[in-house]
Amino acid sequence: MKRWLPILIGLVGSPIIAFANDWGMGASNAKIPPPTIFTPVSTPANEIDTVAYFTITVCAAIFVIVAGLVVYSIIRFREPPGDDGREPAQVYGSNPIEFAWTTVPILIVFVLILTTARTIYSVQAAPRPPDSILVHVIGHQWWWEFRYPELGVVTANELHVPLSDRAHPTPTFLDLESADVAHSFWVPRLAGKTDVIPNRKNTMWIDPHQPGIYLGQCAEYCGTEHALMLLRVVVEPRPDFDRWIAAQKQRAVADASVDHGRQIFETTACVNCHVVQGTAAEGRFGPDLTHLMARETIGAGAAMNTPDNLKTWVHDPSTIKPGALMPAMNLSQKDLDDLVAYLVTLH
Amino acid sequence: MAGSIEQRIPLGAEGAVSLPLLDRIHQWVVTVDHKRLGLMYIAGGLVFFIVAGLQAMTIRLQLAIPNAGIVPPDMFNRLMTMHGTTMVFLVGMPILTGFFNYLVPLMIGARDLAFPRLNAFGFWLWLFGALLLYFSYIGGNGLYGAGSAPDVGWFAYAPLTERAFSRGNSTDYWILSIFLTSVGSTATALNLITTTFTMRCEGMTLRKMPVLVWMSLVVSFMILIVLPPLSAAQVMLLLDRFVGAHFFDTQAGGSAVLWQHFFWIFGHPEVYILVIPAFGFASEIIPVFSRKVIFGYEVMVAATVAIGFISMSVWAHHMFAVGMTPAGNAFFATSTMLVGVPTGIKIFNWIGTMWGGKIRFKVPMLFSVAFLLQFLIAGLTGIMLAVAPFDWQLTDTYFVVAHFHYVLVGAIIFMIFAAVYYWFPKATGKMLNEHLGKWHFWLFFIGFHLTFDTMHFAGLHGMPRRIYTYQPGRGLDTLNLIETFGALVQAAAVLCLFVNVVRSLRSGEEAGNDPWDAWTLEWATTSPPPAYNFVEQPVVRSRRPLWDLKHPDDPDSKYE
Repeated sequence: MKRWLPILIGLVGSPIIAFANDWGMGASNAKIPPPTIFTPVSTPANEIDTVAYFTITVCAAIFVIVAGLVVYSIIRFREPPGDDGREPAQVYGSNPIEFAWTTVPILIVFVLILTTARTIYSVQAAPRPPDSILVHVIGHQWWWEFRYPELGVVTANELHVPLSDRAHPTPTFLDLESADVAHSFWVPRLAGKTDVIPNRKNTMWIDPHQPGIYLGQCAEYCGTEHALMLLRVVVEPRPDFDRWIAAQKQRAVADASVDHGRQIFETTACVNCHVVQGTAAEGRFGPDLTHLMARETIGAGAAMNTPDNLKTWVHDPSTIKPGALMPAMNLSQKDLDDLVAYLVTLH
Repeated sequence: MAGSIEQRIPLGAEGAVSLPLLDRIHQWVVTVDHKRLGLMYIAGGLVFFIVAGLQAMTIRLQLAIPNAGIVPPDMFNRLMTMHGTTMVFLVGMPILTGFFNYLVPLMIGARDLAFPRLNAFGFWLWLFGALLLYFSYIGGNGLYGAGSAPDVGWFAYAPLTERAFSRGNSTDYWILSIFLTSVGSTATALNLITTTFTMRCEGMTLRKMPVLVWMSLVVSFMILIVLPPLSAAQVMLLLDRFVGAHFFDTQAGGSAVLWQHFFWIFGHPEVYILVIPAFGFASEIIPVFSRKVIFGYEVMVAATVAIGFISMSVWAHHMFAVGMTPAGNAFFATSTMLVGVPTGIKIFNWIGTMWGGKIRFKVPMLFSVAFLLQFLIAGLTGIMLAVAPFDWQLTDTYFVVAHFHYVLVGAIIFMIFAAVYYWFPKATGKMLNEHLGKWHFWLFFIGFHLTFDTMHFAGLHGMPRRIYTYQPGRGLDTLNLIETFGALVQAAAVLCLFVNVVRSLRSGEEAGNDPWDAWTLEWATTSPPPAYNFVEQPVVRSRRPLWDLKHPDDPDSKYE
């Protein structure tokens, strides 16, 4: 027994220890309303919400009637105690009844089909207005790349879009492509999901009516870290959005006090995968880091973007996100401190 | 050696019992008897049911709290892939095949299936395929650090299965194992069709067959039509992986969506292949325990045939989010909702059967009534998923997980349990304990609803399926904890079943030939039936030959 005790404590304790460190995400998520599909703030999600309530109402009515019949028959027709054992009257069927319970469902289905088709066309066939924002969304194993081709901005994991006025809508259209396997782009409060499939271009659109942060995540199984391929959409009034765009277009800040960190960045494997505008780093496999500190999270929403978390991440990403494709950099403590000191200047 | 056994063992029942263990095992290995093969299918399926159940328990423990660290992500992905693959191909298919194997010849008054050796061949192929899948745990490491068991999900979407993303051999084991079990299923389907068309006893026209035999016929035809696309896709994937073909290899211009079409052309009818046998069990059990003939026999059969046809034109409702045209989405939404019409007809007819009866709530009937209610809910959430725009929100979330577990557990597993309690006395000659059976039922019923009802809400709250963990602060903590608790209750219920089976085999109450006062031919022979089933070939005049015998004054044949 004594020999098993530590193992037992370890088994029970390990999940609790893991729970203790959520890299600050629990507190951050708690400030954002949960991503339920029944609190829509954008036209596609609103339309789905309407058709969903209609369908649920119809189905609930059917359930009450049919389940009522089942419950009634099992109560009413149970064999009474002390029954004489004689068989009940045998009824072989009835054509008029069969006809009735075939026709009524067909009528219900007919109504549902018309409602469905109308919503499909109004969401899918909406034309792209000229003053809309265009974003290329590129799914990667396990992060999101966002490119604004008309505005010259590249960012990752936190999509910024302007607030859309109901009177003068400025929707954002998303062109979805994948760099590797199939993913699915899903932000429940803004729209239904659309798959992000390699060798194929899909399109969807959103027009958020309410500023705020909206949680979403990859919804198609895409390998080891599917669960931590999270994303956030930041909806802000147009002036704020324009300011954000202007800031993102700047080259990286060059701060002489962190030159040693920059040298480490430019002379190690970092540059193979990451971009920092205005430096030697022009890699394409990982997220653009030019304005890393403008983002709240790192690792596609796996951890809050704090210096401590950055150190843990750069030292070995699998501590935070096991299976992440970025290798452990294994720098000395001094180099790690200097590198992260450089990274936190990238506003 | 066989000759020497006969010399050593005196003829007669007592001699058969005292056969040495090795000889008894030998008899089971070389058997071509449809009853023994049927029982071996069911027993094999139940063993894998335990395995897949333990995998599900581990999955639920990992998801009980946010950010849990019970299993690492790659192991979780293997668990969920193996759980799905096992439940469909190594639990659902063999158990249902096993029941058809056992019951169809007995119900049509035949002595065996048309091709007994083909039947044995199909079983051993299935078993070999099953072992091959599990051998991947040892042999999957093609490269150091790559693989172990398959981790690509049970529908294995391309291009995650291509060499570039799935190194090692785990995906190859998955492909080959499913390919083999498919060949076994095809052999059984051919066998059942031939048997049903050529070996019915005198007087049993197609319109006098028990509903269950009709269900087996429909399922067998569906297997012949929908398994080839799956096998073809598996061969293509194998070619991609080994000789550099580019069917699904998107990096070389292949199509990821093509795999999805191939898979779901098989995958959706597969759900009906699994649930139609459950319809068959319900159509035998509900009448017997309501003491009434099945209501609307012809309509029931016609509705199943209609389901069979329509179910083959609904597959792309799994793909509403892949970016099909609006017209494509509208078409598949329509066909999917239409399948609800014949399904509804079946539910109404079962209610019609209970209506005006004298319902006896033995364990098989308890499971059947729960099946009715749960299948109703599964059908209604299915209608919700068929509304394509609603599906854009629901697909690939826990709402879908809840929906298909309502079908696969709430309908199919519930009816498999009902069938086990109902036909166990026939197969073994012993009754299962009614008291323990009720514990099994109520625990499983409560556990099922705790787990799967809450999953609907997790999906509506934005929880995608197949995630190994979720972060705190997203409103998912309580729901997931309840789900895990429910899973433990279900595990306790299944334990009751196994205790019940073991106790009953050792010291169960004798069943006699016809413990339920039933009406189909299998209850006319002894329990367990002799190798030749019937001493003389039976002659029937109606769908309920034993009713005719028990009520010579008012036989069914007067009304049909």
